[in-house]
Amino acid sequence: MSLFNVLNIAGSALDAQSKRLNIVASNLANAESTTSSTGEPYRARQIVFQAVPLGGKHLKNGATVQVKQIAEDQSPPRRVYDPKHPTADKQGYVTYPNVNPVDEMVNMISASRSYQTNVDVITTTKAMLSRLLTIGQ
Amino acid sequence: MQASRLDREVDFHAQALNLRAYRQQLLSSNIANADTPNYKAVDINFEQELKRITSRRSDALTLQATQKNHLQARSGNSLGAHVQYRTDVQPNIDGNTVNLDVERAKLAENAFRYENTVRTISGQFRTLLSAIRG
Repeated sequence: MSLFNVLNIAGSALDAQSKRLNIVASNLANAESTTSSTGEPYRARQIVFQAVPLGGKHLKNGATVQVKQIAEDQSPPRRVYDPKHPTADKQGYVTYPNVNPVDEMVNMISASRSYQTNVDVITTTKAMLSRLLTIGQ
Repeated sequence: MQASRLDREVDFHAQALNLRAYRQQLLSSNIANADTPNYKAVDINFEQELKRITSRRSDALTLQATQKNHLQARSGNSLGAHVQYRTDVQPNIDGNTVNLDVERAKLAENAFRYENTVRTISGQFRTLLSAIRG
């Protein structure tokens, strides 16, 4: 039934947006992490969404959303001159992650808004479903 | 199959309700994919589709089946509605054509009209009941 599909679609969006928020949190938390488990400085992660059509290749029945990949940002890292820092190289430069806090904040607000909108969709659809049950009463 | 009077009474609105629920699905899909690169917003022309669906019932085009396990031709969705891409919006740089404000407004409108139809059907049943009870 179509209305239950709406719940699936909006639910998938909630999942995708919370994963996006997760990535933002990871980027912001590691904005100053000069080393990681690989020994390299942390690299910012970017999430890529993908539409998954319901039933068939075309969008005739709408599409849920899923995370296609979590890509590492390939932009160059930030280098800061700080010879006293334990991870400084021979020239005295420390390599910091390529996380841009401004971008991340924008991403965070966008994810939060999208999440809210999808919760609204679920609320509206729930009201429609329970309204349907009142037929004949 | 000859539809009973009772059926005919409610059938039109039942079809409208089905189509509204289907449209809700498309609109929610647009909202869910508001951040998906290259996703194109979809919708149906409700008035046109309702006309098509309700008129089709009398002269339905079905495949002739000579065996009971022959399959019937089916269009992509159970209603056979023509899904169209939205063209009146400016696409984002990532190829996405969802305008969240437009979609939210349409979703609210669709939900309201759905409720309207539900009430109409309830009203029809009440009328029928009062005719039965006298």
